[in-house]
Amino acid sequence: MLSQLRTIWEVFKHSTVKPDTVSYPEEKPYLAPRYRGRIVLTRDPDGEERCVACNLCAAVCPVDCIALQQTQDERGRWRAEFFRINFSRCILCGLCEEACPTYAIQLTPDVELCEYDRQNLVYEKEHLLISGTGKYHDYNFYRRAGKDVGVKERGTGETEAEPVNVRSLLP
Amino acid sequence: MADVFRVLAQIGTTITVLLVLAALLIWAERRLLGLWQDRLGPNRVGPFGILQSVADMIKIFFKEDWVPPFAEKPVFIFAPCVVVITMLMALAVVPFTPTLAIVDLNVGLLFFLAMSALAAYSTILAGWSSNNKYSLLGGMRSAAQMISYDVFMGLSLMGVVMLAGSFNLREIVLAQQGLWYIVPQFLGFLVFLVAGLAESHRLPFDLPEAEHEIIAGFHTEYSGMKFGLFFVGEYLGVLLIAAITVILFLGGWQGPWLPPFVWFVLKTALLVAFIILLRAALPRPRFDQLMSIGWKLMLPLALLNLMITGAVALAGGL
Amino acid sequence: MPRIRIDGQAYEVKEGLNLLQACLGLGLNLPYFCWHPALGSVGACRQCALLQYRDEEDRQGRLVMGCMTAVADGQILSLKADKARHFRAGVIEALMTNHPHDCPVCEEGGECHLQDMTVMSGHHHRRYRGRKRTFVNQDLGPFINHEMNRCITCYRCLRFYRDYAGGEDLHALASRNHTYFGRASDGPLESEFAGNLVEVCPTGVFTDKPLSQSYTRKWDLQHAPSICVHCSLGCNISPGERYGRLKRVQNRYHHGINGYFLCDRGRFGFGHVNHPERPQQPLVRENGRLRPVAASEGLAELARRLETTERWIGIGSPRATLESNLALRELVGADHFFTGLGSHPNALNRALLELLRLPGVNTPSLREIEACDALLLLGEDITQSAPRMALSVRQAVRGAGRDRAAALNIPPWQAQSVQIAGQNARHPLFISHVTATRLDPIAEATYRASPQEQAALAFAVAHCLCPEAPAPEGLDEQAQSLAEKIAEALLHAKRPLIVTGPSSGALPLVEAAGQVARALLNARPAEACPPALIPVFAECNSLGLTLLTQDAAEADLEQAFALSEHGPVGAIILENDLFRRAPGPLVQGFLERLTQRIVIDSIPSPTLNAADLVLPATSFAESQGTLINNEGRAQPLFPVHALHAERRNSWQWLAAVAGHRALKGFASPADALATCVTAAPELAPLSQALPSAAHPFTRLAVPRMPHRNSGRTAAGANLDVREDQQPQDHDSCLTFSMEGAPAPWLSRQSGIGARLPFSWYPGWNSNQAVHKFKDAVDGPLRGGESGMRLDLVCRDNGWHRPLPVDTEAQGLLAVVQPAIFGGEELSNLAAPVFQRAALPCLRIHPDDAPAWSVADGDRVLVRGASAATELPLRVDPRVARGIALLPPTCPPLGTGPTRVSLRSLGSDPLIATDHPEPTDG
Repeated sequence: MLSQLRTIWEVFKHSTVKPDTVSYPEEKPYLAPRYRGRIVLTRDPDGEERCVACNLCAAVCPVDCIALQQTQDERGRWRAEFFRINFSRCILCGLCEEACPTYAIQLTPDVELCEYDRQNLVYEKEHLLISGTGKYHDYNFYRRAGKDVGVKERGTGETEAEPVNVRSLLP
Repeated sequence: MADVFRVLAQIGTTITVLLVLAALLIWAERRLLGLWQDRLGPNRVGPFGILQSVADMIKIFFKEDWVPPFAEKPVFIFAPCVVVITMLMALAVVPFTPTLAIVDLNVGLLFFLAMSALAAYSTILAGWSSNNKYSLLGGMRSAAQMISYDVFMGLSLMGVVMLAGSFNLREIVLAQQGLWYIVPQFLGFLVFLVAGLAESHRLPFDLPEAEHEIIAGFHTEYSGMKFGLFFVGEYLGVLLIAAITVILFLGGWQGPWLPPFVWFVLKTALLVAFIILLRAALPRPRFDQLMSIGWKLMLPLALLNLMITGAVALAGGL
Repeated sequence: MPRIRIDGQAYEVKEGLNLLQACLGLGLNLPYFCWHPALGSVGACRQCALLQYRDEEDRQGRLVMGCMTAVADGQILSLKADKARHFRAGVIEALMTNHPHDCPVCEEGGECHLQDMTVMSGHHHRRYRGRKRTFVNQDLGPFINHEMNRCITCYRCLRFYRDYAGGEDLHALASRNHTYFGRASDGPLESEFAGNLVEVCPTGVFTDKPLSQSYTRKWDLQHAPSICVHCSLGCNISPGERYGRLKRVQNRYHHGINGYFLCDRGRFGFGHVNHPERPQQPLVRENGRLRPVAASEGLAELARRLETTERWIGIGSPRATLESNLALRELVGADHFFTGLGSHPNALNRALLELLRLPGVNTPSLREIEACDALLLLGEDITQSAPRMALSVRQAVRGAGRDRAAALNIPPWQAQSVQIAGQNARHPLFISHVTATRLDPIAEATYRASPQEQAALAFAVAHCLCPEAPAPEGLDEQAQSLAEKIAEALLHAKRPLIVTGPSSGALPLVEAAGQVARALLNARPAEACPPALIPVFAECNSLGLTLLTQDAAEADLEQAFALSEHGPVGAIILENDLFRRAPGPLVQGFLERLTQRIVIDSIPSPTLNAADLVLPATSFAESQGTLINNEGRAQPLFPVHALHAERRNSWQWLAAVAGHRALKGFASPADALATCVTAAPELAPLSQALPSAAHPFTRLAVPRMPHRNSGRTAAGANLDVREDQQPQDHDSCLTFSMEGAPAPWLSRQSGIGARLPFSWYPGWNSNQAVHKFKDAVDGPLRGGESGMRLDLVCRDNGWHRPLPVDTEAQGLLAVVQPAIFGGEELSNLAAPVFQRAALPCLRIHPDDAPAWSVADGDRVLVRGASAATELPLRVDPRVARGIALLPPTCPPLGTGPTRVSLRSLGSDPLIATDHPEPTDG
C-alpha cells in the first residue's frame, strides 16, 4: 500500500521535469550513428558490393520484407541479381543487420521514410546501394572467406595456408 | 409552461456543457499523462492542442459505422447508449451550486447509486452482443466487478447519510458547513473513491477492457461513434465520481471568497487530476486481486466505518 | 529382438543393426558424417560416439562408435553422458579447424549436414587460431562445383562414386589432412550418377552447379512430391521452385524405386521448364504468324476451330499424363485417337506390356533388382535409357561380395569388411547389345550383334533352359556356348533377372526376353523364387498410353496419316513432336493435309511451329496427373508451383471446351482421375488415390514450402506493393504456403510418406532428415510408397517361334542408340545436360566401312526408306557388324526397322576437334 502511495508521489514529482520529447519536425532529435532507420547496402573497402546474396537477412526478417536473388559472375563472386526491401512492411528491427555475415546490410539514422504512395516505399538494389563502407570500414568478407573469387589468390587469405600440393605424399 | 422551457433549457445547457467538458477532459488527461511521463502530449491542434478532441470527434464521426455481421445488432447498438444515458441521468441530481441543479431530489444519493449501477448493463450487454470471446470475458469481468464494488460503494456512503441525516445531495452539502465530511468520514472517502474508480472502470481498475489481456474487452468490436459513446461515457463517469466525491466529502461548492460554482469546479478538477494521476502511476491488479481487495479489504472497511459512525452517532446523539 | 537401454530408457530394436541405425530409427539425434544409409559404416569420422556401460554398476563406461557397434541384447548406453558429448564436440571442433569461412557463399548452406551436426554437437566457438589448409579446385564439368577447402574427409564421395556407382575417375589424392578428392586432371566426372555427390557429400565440396548460377536456399524453395519425366522408371523427385522458376531437383526417397539416388539426367535435366522459348500463352496463327493471345481468347479460339471441322483426330503422347491422353481420347472419340507413335514403337510397347503380363514371372522394383544374383540384359543399354536401373544392376552384381561377407557373419553395414571379404566378387551379368555399354566392365560376358542375332541368342538360352522352347536356326558355335553359359547361370541363381527394352527396335528380341523368362519358370523347381523380368519403356508414360490404346484397332501414327488423306480432317496434337516420331517428309505432308492443326505442348518444337493454334501446356512442375512407370506403377504428379495465369494442364484445355464437344468427368484433377479409373479395367487400382472421406489427407494441409520461406511481402512488391493472396490448392492435400502441418507432426503420420514434398525436420536441414519419416532407417517411408501397382491381367501367349536371321537384306540396319545426355527430348533443353551430350555421329563397324567407301571422320549422307540425314562418321570396332548406330537426336529415316545406305561427303570438320575415342574395356 505504501509503495503505491510512493509511486503516486514519484510520478507526481515528474510535473516539474522537462519533457524528453522534442517538437519534431521543427526541432530534430539527435540520432546516434547506430540508430535503426533506413536500410542501406554498403560496399567493401575495395569499392565492390559487399552483399553476397546469402539470403540470411531475408530468412531472419520477421515481416518477410526482403527478397533477393543470387547471381554469380565469371569469377564465382556471388552478388544479388535483385535486392528488394519493401519498406512499407519493414519494422526497422535491425535483425537483418545482425544476421549479415559481410556487414553489407546496415541500418542508418535516417528515419524520414514517408511517401504518399506505398509503391514508392519499395526499394530496389540501386536505391539501397551506397558507395561507402557504412559503419564498418575495413572488413572485406572475401579476404577471410576460403572461396577464391578474384579478390585474393588462393591460400593468401587472412588465416590461410599455401595451397596443398596434392601430388605429394610427404608428411 | 415557461417553467418547462426553463428546465429544458437548463437540461440542454447542462448536457452540452457536460459533453464539452467530457471531451475537454480527454485532452486534459492526455496532456497530464504526457506531463507525468515526460512527454508533451497532444499540442498541435489549436492552442496547446486544446482542439485535439474536436479533431478526434470529427474523425470518429466520419469513420465507417460498422456492426459486425456476427453481432446481436439491436443490443449492440443499444449498449453504448446506456452508459451515456445513465451517466447523464446521474449528473442530473448533482447540485453544482446551491441553486444550480437539474432536479433537487430528496433521494438524490440513491438515484445516483441506482444510475451508476445501471451503467454496468452497458458493458455487460456490449460484451455479450459482440459475440466475441474477448468481449464476453470483458463483459463478465465488468459484471463481477460492478456487483462486488456496488455493495460497499453504497455502504461507504451510509456514514455520510447518517451524519447529514438526508439523502438529498444539496442538504448533504449544506450539512458540511462547519466540517467537510472527509475528516469524520475519511475511511468512507477512501472506500468510496476506490469503489468509484472501479465503477467507472478507470485505471487501475480497467479490467473489463484490459487491452493487454483481452484486447480491449467489451468494446473490442466497437468502432466509430459507438466506440465514441463508450469513451464519452467513461469520461462522464470520471466527472460524476469526482463531482459526487466533492459533494459528499469535500463540502461541495462551499469555500471562502470565491463564488460557489468556482469552488465546485476547482475541487472537481483537482479530484479529476488526481484520478488521472492514479492512471499514470498505478499498475492494474490481477482479477483475483481485484476481487480480494473488494471483498476482503474494502467491504470490512466500509462496515467498520459504518459501525463506528453509527456508534459515535448513537453515543453523541447526533 | 534385442532390448537395449539408452539414457535410462528401455527400447526394443531390430537385430542386425548397428547402434547408429538403431538410435536414428528410434528418433534419437546422434550426429554422424561418414555413415550413409546406402553406403554403410566405415567408422572414419568418430562423430557417432556414445558411451557403453559394462553393467548396471558401471559408472565410467567406455566410448564406442555407434556405426561400428552392433546392437546386442542388454546393452546399456548413453548418448547424453558428458564424456560422450565432450568427445563428439571435440571431434567436430577438430573437423572444423580447417573449414573455411564460407557458409554465406556456399550452396550447401541451409541444408548442410555439417552445419546440422555442428549445431547438434554444440560446437559454437572456434578456438583454433592457426592457418587453414587450402586446396586448388578442379573444374568437374557442367553439373558439379568443386570446393575442396570445405572437405572434412569423410570419404563418402569415394565410397559412393567408386564403390557404389562404379565410377573410376574420382580419387583420393595426397595423404593425412591433405587428402584431396578429385580427378587426375580437370574434366567432367564421367559417372552418370555424379550428381548424387551433391547430396552424398555432407558439406559443400560437391555442389549443384546449375543451381549455383542462380542460387536459392532450400528454405526458400517451394517443393512438391513429383515424379521424374526423363525416363520410364518414375524416380521420385523433389523439385524446388522460386520466383516462378524451377531451380533444382533433389532426390525424394522412394523405397522401391530410386532410394537415395538419382541419375544426372533426372537431376539436371529440368531445363525445359525454364526454357525461354517455351510457349507462355496461347498462340493463334494470323496471316502466317503466330500471335500471342490471352488464355480466355485461346480457349474461345479452340472452341471456334472445333466447330469449323467435322472430323477430328487426336494424337496423344507417351510423355503426357494419363489424364491428358484420356481427355483427348474422350474429345475426339476412341476411333480417332492415335498414340503419336509409329506402328513399330506401338508394337514394341505392346510386346513389352505382354512381358509384364507373363504369369508366374515377377516384375521387380529397382530395389528388388539389387537383390538379384544373375542378370541378363537383352538389347537395352540401360545406363543410357533407364540410368537409375543401371545403378541398381551394379548393386546386384556387387551382391556376390555381400553374400560372401554374409557367409562369414559380417553384418552388411560393415562396408569396409564386406568389401575386403567380397574381393570384387561379382554375380554374373550378361549383356547383349549392338555396341559396348557402360556396364560391360562388370559383365561376365558380352554379346555384340545385330538385334536379330541377339534375339536368336535369347531364344537359344530359352531352348537350353527348356527344350520345349523352339530353338533358333543358324546360331554360331560361340553364341551357342554363350547361350548355354547364360542358361546355366540363370537356372542356378536364386533370383534371376532379365531386362529388355525397346531401343534395339527389334520385336523378336522383346519376345525372346519373354521366352527366356517363360523357359526359366518352367525349368526351375516350383518352390524356387520366380524369375524376374523387367522391361524398360522409352518414355515416362509409355506404359500408360499403351494401356489406354492396347485394344484400339487403329492407334498408329501411320494410320492417322492415312486418315488425313480421305477428306478434310483437323488434328489436336498433344505434347508430341511428330518430327521425332516419323520421317520428316511424311509428317510434313500430314500437317499440310490437315484443315486445322492444334498443338498443346509445353516445349518448343517443329510441330508446334507448324500449328494454327498453340495452347501452352504445363510442364511436369505445374501438372497434376498420373504417370505409369515401367513396372506398371501409377504415380501422381503434383504441381510444384501454382499455374501460370495463361497455362493449363493439357486436359484442362480440352475440358474447358463447351458446346456439343464438352467433356464430362474432367472438372477437377480428382474428377479426371476418377474418369481414368473407369477408362480401362486394369486402371481400377488408381481409385486408391482418389480423395475420399476416409482418406487421411482429405483435409490435411501439407506445406510445400519450408517453414522459414522468406520474402513473402517483397517478392512481388516491384509489380504491386499490395500482396496477393497465396495461391490456393483445392485439389490436393498440399498448400502453396509455409503454413500447415508441422514437420514433427507429419513425421509421425502414417501415410505422409508418399506426399512428403521435401525432407526437413527440426535440427535436420539436409536431405538426410528423411530417416525421421521412416520407422526403420533401412525401411520405407512411414505410410509407404508413392503410387500403386496396377493389377495387370496375366496372359500366356505360349512359345514364340524364332524367325530366321535375315542375311540377305541390303544396307545397314539402323539402330538408334539411346543416350543419357542428349538422347531425350525434354532434358536436351537443359543447358548442362546438353553440354554433356556427345557429338552426334554415326557409328559403324570397321568391316562395314569399305563396302560403302566411307572412312572414319567422314561426313556421310545416311539415306533411309523415307528420309535422309547427314552425320559425321565414326568407325568403331565395338559396334556389331551390319549395324548403322545412329545418334538419339537423328530424325526417323523410315517407319519400322529401317535399312540405310551411306555415301561419303568428304571429311567432316567438326569431328576432327572431337575428343579422342575411349578404348574398349
